[in-house]
Amino acid sequence: MLYAILCYHSEAVVGGWSKAEDDAVMEKLDVVHQKLTAEGRLGPVARLLPTSAATTLRKDSDPPLVLDGPFAETKEQLLGFYIVDCEGLDQALEVARDLGRANPGGAYELRPIGVFYPSALPPAEGR
Amino acid sequence: MSDLAWIDGALAAARPQALAALLRYFRDLDVAEEAFQEASLRALRNWPDKGPPRDPTAWLILVGRNATLDSVRRRSREAPLPQEVLISDLEDAEADLVERLDGADYRDDVLRLLFICCHPDLPATQQIALALRIVCGLSVAEIARAFLVSDSAMEQRITRAKAKVAKAGSPFETPGAIERAERLAAVAAMIYLLFNEGYSASSGEAPLRSGLCDEAIRLGRLLLRLFPAEAEIMGLTALMLLQHARAEARFDAAGDIILMEDQDRTRWNGRMIAEGLALIDKAVRHRVPGPYQIQAAIAALHSRVPRAEDTDWPQIAGLYQALEHHMPSPVVTLNRAVAVSKTEGPAAALDLIEPLAHRLGAYFHFHGVRGAMLLKLERKAEAREAFDRAIALARTPAEAAHIRQHIDRLRVEAGEA
Repeated sequence: MLYAILCYHSEAVVGGWSKAEDDAVMEKLDVVHQKLTAEGRLGPVARLLPTSAATTLRKDSDPPLVLDGPFAETKEQLLGFYIVDCEGLDQALEVARDLGRANPGGAYELRPIGVFYPSALPPAEGR
Repeated sequence: MSDLAWIDGALAAARPQALAALLRYFRDLDVAEEAFQEASLRALRNWPDKGPPRDPTAWLILVGRNATLDSVRRRSREAPLPQEVLISDLEDAEADLVERLDGADYRDDVLRLLFICCHPDLPATQQIALALRIVCGLSVAEIARAFLVSDSAMEQRITRAKAKVAKAGSPFETPGAIERAERLAAVAAMIYLLFNEGYSASSGEAPLRSGLCDEAIRLGRLLLRLFPAEAEIMGLTALMLLQHARAEARFDAAGDIILMEDQDRTRWNGRMIAEGLALIDKAVRHRVPGPYQIQAAIAALHSRVPRAEDTDWPQIAGLYQALEHHMPSPVVTLNRAVAVSKTEGPAAALDLIEPLAHRLGAYFHFHGVRGAMLLKLERKAEAREAFDRAIALARTPAEAAHIRQHIDRLRVEAGEA
């Protein structure tokens, strides 16, 4: 079963990390990424830009309304996600715990995936 | 990261909102700061055992407010509040507070806190120092280091600024639409001053001062979270991101300035550029152009091309012309002249530059650019004179070193070396 692991954290906290702190967290996370990759279980991974860069299209009106900012104003924001192949919830929780030890604070939402189209896009940072 | 590091991060992130709300309760900056300080101390005592609260900002506001009220009551010899009251029904109270925090009051609280730092009687450096101390929560020592002054000098500067602000009285009435727009404009200008204070650092100071750029960008994002549809705030934040993205490529190993056309563009920060470009895209949709958006659009044209020779100079010259319209200034005209030199040649650029002499005579870049144009026109004696003037006006060793290269080359050509 494929799981989406949605990463929620306070973006004011994460955005306040110095480059060194950010790098240290990414390095610890990378250990978990590599383990999952070696097991052939890691799908696409994304780290999202701040919610101030977000735009929301409300399609419950006609024509749809374009609004600046994220869909939901929350205390912790969706900052990224992983797609991981897991046998079940227990294993997905195990991955989330590993990730959580590398990057404490905030929460992970584990969400089983219904339909998945693998991407042919190349990896990218920024642009 | 250890527990304590996490708490430090949470406290720093919560600071602007929490302090702004405490200021609304107490209407006194010193009392609000003390209240936040007390709440932070209690957080350091409580959070490691009990874990962080669901909403750290609301926790800090409530605990800071209650602790201060409590101590005021004790001081006035009234019956003290029982300690439990501070914590026992925090969950309910927190929920109630969060409700209120989501309202428009809360946006105006943070805007007010920033606006207080922009008091027109305060010189620019004091505005920035005050914002760094109060809003960003930097220590006096950190700010002193960034401004290259002693701790005691900075302490004095901040104390004086605070006294002036306190005397002026803080604007606590809820602002109307026009007032809010005016406050936003003043705050945006202060944030950009803060950014430039960091950006204008020379190489030796760069690591110390690029922290100021980070703080400015953080404040820009904070404003955007509170006022998500303000096109000029998008423009300002984009402008700062796109400029700061080049930070690592701006100086060579010896600490000399590398001009943008010579920079290694692979060292530009792709993530900052992506965020800046996204913000410009969003801003443009609002169709209310302004100076920050136009400057960001110019920076974006540089950011979008992988090679300097692909730069869209005609469009940049056009944008500078639009900027002159929105924000007439001889410095903007000087920048347009640089773009024009790329599209129409150095003679056309010089025609734009010469009339600026009486207004920009004391400006380093004026003489630097004028010298470069004269040099391209083979008017070497005049070029050298302009470069000499520029060197005399250089504000940093890196600026001087950059001009000296031109002079040295002219000397070599003239057979002087």
